[in-house]
Amino acid sequence: MGDIFSSLGLVVVGIAAFAAVIGGLYWLASQLPEPWRERARTVVFLGPGLLLLLGLVLPALINFRLAFYDRNGDWYGFGNYRDIFTSSNNIEVLMNTLWWGILVTGASTVIGVVIARFADRMRGEPIAKAAIFLPTAISMVGAGIIWNFVYSPREYGLLNSMIGLLPGEQDIQFFLQDSKLLGIDNQWIPGLNSLLIMVVIIWIQAGFATVVISAALKGVPDDLVEAAKIDGATDRQAFFRVVLPYIKGTIITVVTTIVIAVLKIFDIIQTMGKGGSFGTSTMANEMYEQAFPQDNEGLGAAWAILLFLAVAPIIYVNARNQRAMRGAR
Amino acid sequence: MSTLTMNNLQKKYPNGFVAVPGLDLHIDDGEFLVLVGPSGCGKSTVLRMVAGLEDISGGDLLIDDTRVNDKGPQERDIAMVFQSYALYPNMTVEGNIAFAMKLRKTDKGQIKQKVAEVAELLELTQVLDRKPGQLSGGQRQRVAMGRAIVREPKLFLMDEPLSNLDAKLRVQTRAEIAKLQRRLGVTTMYVTHDQVEAMTMGDRVAVLRRGVLMQCAAPSTLYESPDNLFVAQFIGSPSMNVVRGVVRSAGEEGIVLEVAGQSLALTGAAAQRMAGLAKYGGQEIAVGIRPEALGGDGEGQITVAVDLVEMLGSEKLVHASIDAVAVRAIDTGVEIGTGTSSTMIASLDPRRDVRVGERLTLSVDTMRVHAFDLQTGAAIGRS
Repeated sequence: MGDIFSSLGLVVVGIAAFAAVIGGLYWLASQLPEPWRERARTVVFLGPGLLLLLGLVLPALINFRLAFYDRNGDWYGFGNYRDIFTSSNNIEVLMNTLWWGILVTGASTVIGVVIARFADRMRGEPIAKAAIFLPTAISMVGAGIIWNFVYSPREYGLLNSMIGLLPGEQDIQFFLQDSKLLGIDNQWIPGLNSLLIMVVIIWIQAGFATVVISAALKGVPDDLVEAAKIDGATDRQAFFRVVLPYIKGTIITVVTTIVIAVLKIFDIIQTMGKGGSFGTSTMANEMYEQAFPQDNEGLGAAWAILLFLAVAPIIYVNARNQRAMRGAR
Repeated sequence: MSTLTMNNLQKKYPNGFVAVPGLDLHIDDGEFLVLVGPSGCGKSTVLRMVAGLEDISGGDLLIDDTRVNDKGPQERDIAMVFQSYALYPNMTVEGNIAFAMKLRKTDKGQIKQKVAEVAELLELTQVLDRKPGQLSGGQRQRVAMGRAIVREPKLFLMDEPLSNLDAKLRVQTRAEIAKLQRRLGVTTMYVTHDQVEAMTMGDRVAVLRRGVLMQCAAPSTLYESPDNLFVAQFIGSPSMNVVRGVVRSAGEEGIVLEVAGQSLALTGAAAQRMAGLAKYGGQEIAVGIRPEALGGDGEGQITVAVDLVEMLGSEKLVHASIDAVAVRAIDTGVEIGTGTSSTMIASLDPRRDVRVGERLTLSVDTMRVHAFDLQTGAAIGRS
């Protein structure tokens, strides 16, 4: 108990000290004559941000350099990148990440649209949406542990217990066993274990998608749908040709947000995939696994660079979409 | 070529509110009918029931003698222009106009040709590839019209299509819509709260109050012979002056009304058109005189005290007080004012010199005096 209070005390003292420094500098800046006063104030408020940015950019540059060295710290050129794109294990990781991006984003968004559409103006809609949104509040690690109970074998596993109730002999130890999907051994398709973990993230992200899309649906003017119906559209045609295009910007935001979250997926792979074993590894997971447990900093750094390159264009699309949405208003 | 018939059309909401207790109305082929009334009178509800956007609680709705109560808006072959225009923001002007035809899988060449025709008619050719967001208010309004016209529907429905335009454009567009409707000859039902729009555009005007039809007639009939106090005061701007008066005598030789302690004699034709007043001998009634019936030619006279003079250029509006209680039609019936005096408005020749504070004797055109029952608000006419 005493520890908590002393830690809290430290936090308070730290924040107070920071505020005092900024406040003091601001006061000093205010003493200057114009035009220097305004400039000095800008520097005071911008300074901490710039320092933090430095703390972000500097490691990124160091990481970029690190990616050209091998595990012994010798110059390796583009060797790490070559290894990533040639070794079959690494191609599996790349493919897994790609499938994560496609399947989880696609499923979450589609589920979000479907639930948002059918829950719209339903009785008890707020309660239903709260229930759907709830998983978003759970930490990935927590979600991983909950779903391990669902997938684990024999009497512990919810899913297995249910399968076991079916007549005949059932294969109830499927999770984290063989990675093949339906017995097909192919590095281009996702393994069963990956798919089972994806379900968890879909469960989480669909809630986010539902809530955001539902809010957008409420912003569609009734007149538009009515006009479409008078023009001869069925409910479905009105939805697909008028309502969905109207909320296109929101859907792009949802898709890009989920893609970014999913490409960086790491913690759930650690908790459910035993650190990326059984064919479940993804780029972010591999970045960590190589850099730390495997002690190959160069390869880990190369994964980090690739991950950055994969996410950057999506962030660009997102930013452009945000601008377009602002422009439309 | 279509007609629209409403037989005892009703709208009741689940919470028990009755918006339309039972409406009987018929619109002839090619006719332009304007549904007018104060806000909340149920006119938009009626329009939405005709469009199929609102369920019908009772009665029959017939388009071309076919009962369409249970048909969806898609199956009624109608077109509607919304107050907000409801243009599809993701489609170009061309896409908006062509949407209904695309849904019906009309041949592409034919769509192109029809869109071009309509665009030409509405002067939209230059903006066909623009999105609604890039158009002016007037252009958006025309796109909404185009979307309705291009389908050649049985019925046009318009829900206050001019209320988002500025005053000048509204007057111009008002005339254009009326001209267009006459040219196309499509049966049209037009909803507005603006009585000037109603009077200028409609072949006939239906005045609605709390879902009840007060009168449906040609604009001139509504203006000259309103059926009741509500219509009398709703139609015309400034509104008809109505005050409490007494029927002093009513007989063969004529009628004498007393208004504000002054006698107003109606003789000859003026008495004949008010023959119904015979039954009201000695009783109080509501006497209505339009601002235009004061101060011109007329046999009667009334003296008032001038409070305010408004010079409008084409006319001079004189607000004057008179020692009579005002009578007003309200939502639930007739309201008799409190106090002993009220304000009358007279529309006079702008060249006439009128000073604030002076006592002014105005002539009254006795052929244009109206009388209403104080309890029911019904007009008292020949019988």
